[in-house]
Amino acid sequence: MDKLSVQETKSKKGGRAKKAKTQKAEMTKNVLIVGVGGQGVIMISKVLALLCQTQGYQVKQSEVHGMAKRGGGVFSHVRFGEEVWSPTIPMGEADVLIALEWAEGLRWLPHLKHDTGIFIADTQQIVPPFACRNRTAGAQTAYVKETPTEILEKVADGYALDAGGFAEELGNSRVANTILLGALSASLDFADEDWLNIIAKFVPKGSEKVNEQAFMKGRDWIIEVRENPEEMPREATQPEMPIPPAGDVDISLDIIDDWCKSCDICVRLCPERCLELNEQQIVRLKKPDACTGCRLCEWLCPDFAITVNRTPVNKKKEAA
Amino acid sequence: MNKLDSVRSSKKLVDQSRPMTGNEAIARGAWEAGVKVAAAYPGTPSTEILENMATYNADDVVAQWSTNEKVSVDTAIGASLSGVRALAAMKHVGLNVAADSVMSVTYIGVHAGLVIVVCDDPGLHSSQNEQDTRVFARLANIPVLEPADAQEALDFTRLAFDLSEFFDTPVIVRATTRLSHTRSSVSIGPRTEVEPKGWVDDYRKTVMIPGHARIRHPVVVERVEKLSDYFSASPLNRWDKGDRSYGIITHGTCYPYVKEVVPDASILKIAASYPLPEKLIQEFTATVDRVIVVEELEPVLEVEIRALGIPAEGKSLFPRVGELAPEVLREGLARAGLIEAATALHDWQVEPLARPPVLCAGCPHTTSYMALRAIDALVPGDIGCYTLAAVEPLQSIDVTVCMGASIGNAVGMAKANTSDRPIVATIGDSTFLHSGIPPLIDAVYNDANITVIILDNKITAMTGGQNHPGTGKTLRGEQTHEVDYEELCKSVGVKWIKTVDPYDTGELFQALREATEFRGVSVLISYRPCVLDPVKIKGPALVVKAATCTACQACMNLGCPAITWIDELFEDKHKVEINPVSCIGCSLCAQICPSDCIQPLAPLTETSVIS
Ligand SMILES: Cc1ncc(C[n+]2csc(CCOP(=O)(O)OP(=O)(O)O)c2C)c(N)n1
Ligand code: SF4
Ligand code: SF4
Repeated sequence: MDKLSVQETKSKKGGRAKKAKTQKAEMTKNVLIVGVGGQGVIMISKVLALLCQTQGYQVKQSEVHGMAKRGGGVFSHVRFGEEVWSPTIPMGEADVLIALEWAEGLRWLPHLKHDTGIFIADTQQIVPPFACRNRTAGAQTAYVKETPTEILEKVADGYALDAGGFAEELGNSRVANTILLGALSASLDFADEDWLNIIAKFVPKGSEKVNEQAFMKGRDWIIEVRENPEEMPREATQPEMPIPPAGDVDISLDIIDDWCKSCDICVRLCPERCLELNEQQIVRLKKPDACTGCRLCEWLCPDFAITVNRTPVNKKKEAA
Repeated sequence: MNKLDSVRSSKKLVDQSRPMTGNEAIARGAWEAGVKVAAAYPGTPSTEILENMATYNADDVVAQWSTNEKVSVDTAIGASLSGVRALAAMKHVGLNVAADSVMSVTYIGVHAGLVIVVCDDPGLHSSQNEQDTRVFARLANIPVLEPADAQEALDFTRLAFDLSEFFDTPVIVRATTRLSHTRSSVSIGPRTEVEPKGWVDDYRKTVMIPGHARIRHPVVVERVEKLSDYFSASPLNRWDKGDRSYGIITHGTCYPYVKEVVPDASILKIAASYPLPEKLIQEFTATVDRVIVVEELEPVLEVEIRALGIPAEGKSLFPRVGELAPEVLREGLARAGLIEAATALHDWQVEPLARPPVLCAGCPHTTSYMALRAIDALVPGDIGCYTLAAVEPLQSIDVTVCMGASIGNAVGMAKANTSDRPIVATIGDSTFLHSGIPPLIDAVYNDANITVIILDNKITAMTGGQNHPGTGKTLRGEQTHEVDYEELCKSVGVKWIKTVDPYDTGELFQALREATEFRGVSVLISYRPCVLDPVKIKGPALVVKAATCTACQACMNLGCPAITWIDELFEDKHKVEINPVSCIGCSLCAQICPSDCIQPLAPLTETSVIS
């Protein structure tokens, strides 16, 4: 398996000739950790950075978390080796990409080494509200469509696990990150005790035991998958959202002018802003193309002046 | 100059190494230099500098939040002239707010060391522009130290105080997001206590009237020349000797990228980007055949090096916008024919998901913008979490310029009088205190027909939850006077003032309507603490009864991240559900659901209601 031979890097240390300098970039190990705000990306990277430092490596850990708390993406670059320069991992040079959320893992694929990179992703999906914005009938979510199976075919060495599920099996949903650390550990040459010592510094007092179990769970899972590729699937399955039938309907509004009392409620609350009051202060559909037929106006009109009609397209043709 | 060196060498007394972010290291450097007063207004990526200062003993250093950046610089000036070392920290745009003071203190100079830390944000990770502080430094004739990593951040900050005193000048230490938020190993030293000098007592130097400033200006010009000579000879510069066919001149945060891409090149890393160490640059360029300048953002060094008659290349190879990265550098150097082009990156053929930041589930700002959208108001906005309401689904902000601009913008919009729509300025509590009060007074003074919503969430939320004068707590968490917005508005002459709870959508709609109908300046205070800071608020989650959900998406129009689609459809649209982990139970969605299908899981009891 594609283990990163950290030991090897170390042993080269003594005999490194001056001109081997250009290879140094290759000797620096690059681990990219990504996820969504609040998931613990920074905690994972701090553990790794501190571990590398205690093992005598130079480490740089660079994060951008300005928007983290507001549900945006978070990423942290951890680079370690004899001499580390750039704080960020150049595109296409991450040795390991570890994703706490599925779509975030896919976003950062261009940073992963194509021929040797290790991809470890939690199959958890955090669907942002933006992905559920299309209000027209038949709309699908804008969440990534690629399945774990498809992605694992593309990467050199990939694993998709349900860390949350594993954590629940251990009876503590909060240890999912430690499971991922365990999974990561199987790809780096550091001793288990060293990992666990550092992890213990970052987890709440009293939870060291369950975190140790979680760490071993993640580690053992990857090792098992590697050893028995035939029996153990490398990927957890993900739920799939059904595709709604395309909304082949024509939408029109029936407005009973006499019942409209110009209260303006529908105009103000139409999410598409497609209504207005005309010169006589009676509601009118200003932008028929923008109307999604959501029926909010129909339901919110206190005087039942609006009815939304949804006519299936082919039926209408027949009638014509 | 002897003094400068001696302070540096005393540092080796304690030699401990630990990982630190650039911001932690800057705070440490200042503490080691014996700083006595440190002040700042928060702003990403600089915020953690003062937060870290506050982790040091209060007897060592006074660390406080200022109401804005100008106040922080003025505070530091006052302390410096009183004879103690002082620091002010801010993000790049904060320097604009402080500009007036900075432009004068450069004439005044210092008594005890005065250091201004400015953090730029190339790549716009969380800012409204990408301005380059190095350009500003030239206007102000203030030297700029450029650390490249956390160790240098500590060393340079420490040295900055000595330089400041030695050359009688404020000194800027410039960081960028990448340096501020990158952790790397730092060896630390002990604190050097600096004896307070007492008040400067030299009014010709410290009172800037024309007669005095006329005397000081030539001193400033002379100072720049001396600094250039000092920096030419400074051991802080780094000259990596290598291949002589070309040489790279770079600085601070760009240097690690250069070493990453061309470790064997001839590189001159200058410690200060202003004033340029002209002699050193001439010496360096004489040893190489071709001169390449690597700098992020503006071609500052490039233009000045060319002015020395050296044919330097820079922005013809590298972009003038955005953050530098190894791959960007590689591409430019390859274009110059200096290295081989990188092999094309693999095309993974995966379209990334858009995941912009959003208001939190239960964010108290939500209703104000929902209501503003409903009344079709013209909304000048301001800077804070609420700026996120500028995009779908709330999409109800028409202009955002910079902190404190909203009320002034509203005055202008009202005076232009080109629209029938009500004009409602929205401004966060921290921003209001930062720079919203003078424009409010202006609006009353000039009788502008506008409404102002003060979004009082009792915290500076966007930057991670800092106290301000409206929270009644200091940076160190001590109790202090709490600003009363109603009293404040009353005292400047606002005639219509009302405080409402934004979780009561009906009340907020009604109040907003009354406020906009009032002729003159009306102020609506929307008061409800942020759900994230200072304490995370979590009430019992609500549930959607799928049976009666009509998939109208009215709740989705709030943009609450706790609500998502489910498999079940109604009229070909997804019904919704509420994620019980992220829902905080604010009930906004329940209040607007037209079919009443969002309900508490169990009937609310007194103890389960959010207090
Ligand atoms: C001059 C300046 N200083 C600092 C910042 C950084 N900054 C952006 S938003 C913000 C605070 C906003 O706080 P508040 O107005 O209370 O709104 P909230 O985020 O709490 O909703 C700060 C300090 C900035 N953009 N400009
Ligand atoms: S941090 Fe506070 S103010 Fe900002 S979006 Fe969240 S709840 Fe709203
Ligand atoms: S009650 Fe509704 S709007 Fe409030 S946090 Fe829960 S899902 Fe979001």
